[in-house]
Amino acid sequence: MTLNLTTTAKTFGDGTKALLPTNLKVNTGEIVSLLGPSGCGKTTLLRIIAGLETPDPGGKIWFDSDDVTDLPVERRQVGMVFQSYALFPNMSVRANIGYGLKMKKLPKADIEARVSEVLEMCQLNDYAQRAITALSGGQRQRVALARAIAPRPRLLLLDEPLSALDAALRETLRDELAILLRKFNITAIFVTHDQNEAMAIADRVAVMSHGEIVQSGTPEELYRKPNSTFVASFVGSAMHLAGEINGSKLKLKGGEVSLPADGTGCEAFVRAENIQINKNGSLSGYVDTVTFLGTHYRVGISGVISEPITSIFSGNKVPKLGEKIRLTIETQSILLLPSKA
Amino acid sequence: MTNRTFVLTCLTPLLIFSLAFLAFPLMRLFLASVEGDNGWAVYLDIIRKPRYINTLVLTVLVSLATTFAALAVSTTAGMFLVRNKFRGRNILLSILTLPLAFPGVVIGFLIILLGGRQGLINQITPGHVVFAYSVLGLFLGYLYFSIPRVLLTVMAAAEKLDPALEEAARTLGANPFRVVVDVILPGLMPSLIASGAIAFATAMGAFGTAFTLATNIDVIPMVIYTEFTLSANIAMAAALSIVLGIVTWILLLIARSLSGTTVAAGG
Ligand SMILES: Nc1ncnc2c1ncn2[C@@H]1O[C@H](COP(=O)(O)OP(=O)(O)OP(=O)(O)O)[C@@H](O)[C@H]1O
Ligand SMILES: [Mg+2]
Repeated sequence: MTLNLTTTAKTFGDGTKALLPTNLKVNTGEIVSLLGPSGCGKTTLLRIIAGLETPDPGGKIWFDSDDVTDLPVERRQVGMVFQSYALFPNMSVRANIGYGLKMKKLPKADIEARVSEVLEMCQLNDYAQRAITALSGGQRQRVALARAIAPRPRLLLLDEPLSALDAALRETLRDELAILLRKFNITAIFVTHDQNEAMAIADRVAVMSHGEIVQSGTPEELYRKPNSTFVASFVGSAMHLAGEINGSKLKLKGGEVSLPADGTGCEAFVRAENIQINKNGSLSGYVDTVTFLGTHYRVGISGVISEPITSIFSGNKVPKLGEKIRLTIETQSILLLPSKA
Repeated sequence: MTNRTFVLTCLTPLLIFSLAFLAFPLMRLFLASVEGDNGWAVYLDIIRKPRYINTLVLTVLVSLATTFAALAVSTTAGMFLVRNKFRGRNILLSILTLPLAFPGVVIGFLIILLGGRQGLINQITPGHVVFAYSVLGLFLGYLYFSIPRVLLTVMAAAEKLDPALEEAARTLGANPFRVVVDVILPGLMPSLIASGAIAFATAMGAFGTAFTLATNIDVIPMVIYTEFTLSANIAMAAALSIVLGIVTWILLLIARSLSGTTVAAGG
């Protein structure tokens, strides 16, 4: 199913503009992630698509060629996975998963068959008869997904489905979810404020800030060609090289670097992996912290700009704390982005 | 303090209370009921004599009707009050809970003002409509003082319902009516059982309201009063008290076990 949203906005009763007029298209079978910091309007956008929130007048929501803007939630045929899972505590795992099918008034035998199929797909066979309270967080998350998917919704919506889990489990389930969603072969929108999650699961990421989608593209596009200082720092945490730009030269506290183009009216950003410790480097700074991360070290350096910066070091001659070092930043790796007005 | 001594410490007041206020008086009451001229036959009389058994059945029926009506009214009103914030909500709430402060006699008086011979309804309707002294009047009086008790309990539970559950049901295709049946009522069930039990027990034992209204009809607390004061039939008064207690207790037990099975069916 193709989702199409045109000039959809949401202003709450108290005047909060949670969502500015937004256009969004999600193609059949595509998994799109809405990524952004807390309070930027991700949940609001998702709830509007589900029909749990009414958009301001002027907004339109299309499922294929159906205008669903005025269709009530229960008739939109969307599956939703809630942040808190919202599983029915008075029903067993089986009954939870079968609920949507029961509402469709399918014959009992069909319901049983479909529930068994979904239980199998989500590896929940062993827990079918359990009470919801007797499940672990990860199992609940899978039941919530199974329940949403069982009635074969036209669109699957997930609001931070992994955020209630602890870090280690979140990482395993992240990959599991990516595999499952592709197995279901369904159009899905996935809300998260964790960029790794967005990148691992989504085909396309829409980055949101202050109630609008500021950039949308594949994870690679967002990483390599961010269109704003916000996207650069939010996706892949690029660091702002605050200094004096003079044509294609940038003068920093710790030395000078050349920019890939005339940087007038721009700000320069660089990612940690593009800052190299190199004794012939044009920049100088002092080693503040050294963190061993298995495959590499993360080195915190002060004195290059007024803020500390981070470099990735993978050699074996580890810099010492407090040592004066020289650095290079490759011209081509510098991101030049229009400075905020 | 170990866990064991802590539990024992908590147990002591309960033990003293149960012995002093429940076990001893009840034992005394029971002895009083069988020490009369008829001995144990006093209990047979209750079952055999229409005056007693009919009154008992009527008392139970009126109390049950009160309980279910109070639950129905309070649940709908309570859900509305919790879900809708409007001007004057708090004032309305305090008015609704006002009957809690009234003694039964005042409530009976209010029903007479409404449905008595000089009552409001009789004055504004053309026919002769007097219901204050009938079962209906008694029912309305009981309902009046049951609603606030149930309302407050139900509202406290309704505040705690997770709105995401209702939204989840709706995304799965449940219309608003199904949401009530599948999500809201199960969520409120423990508090409905608890407040229903209070409403039922209160109605079974209500005296002031019955004293004011029950001139033509009898309910058990009234019969106990007349047996005790007018007939000086202390054995019968005591036996009726025991039966009133046992019947109420059995019905509450049934309600509690039913709630147990609804929870277990979910689990
Ligand atoms: N019912 C409401 N009434 C008024 N303001 C609201 C309401 N719901 C959300 N908001 C506001 O709208 C803005 C967007 O909220 P939303 O829940 O969409 O954020 P989010 O991106 O999902 O954040 P998070 O990552 O913390 O979940 C916030 O400023 C929030 O305070
Ligand atoms: Mg949110």
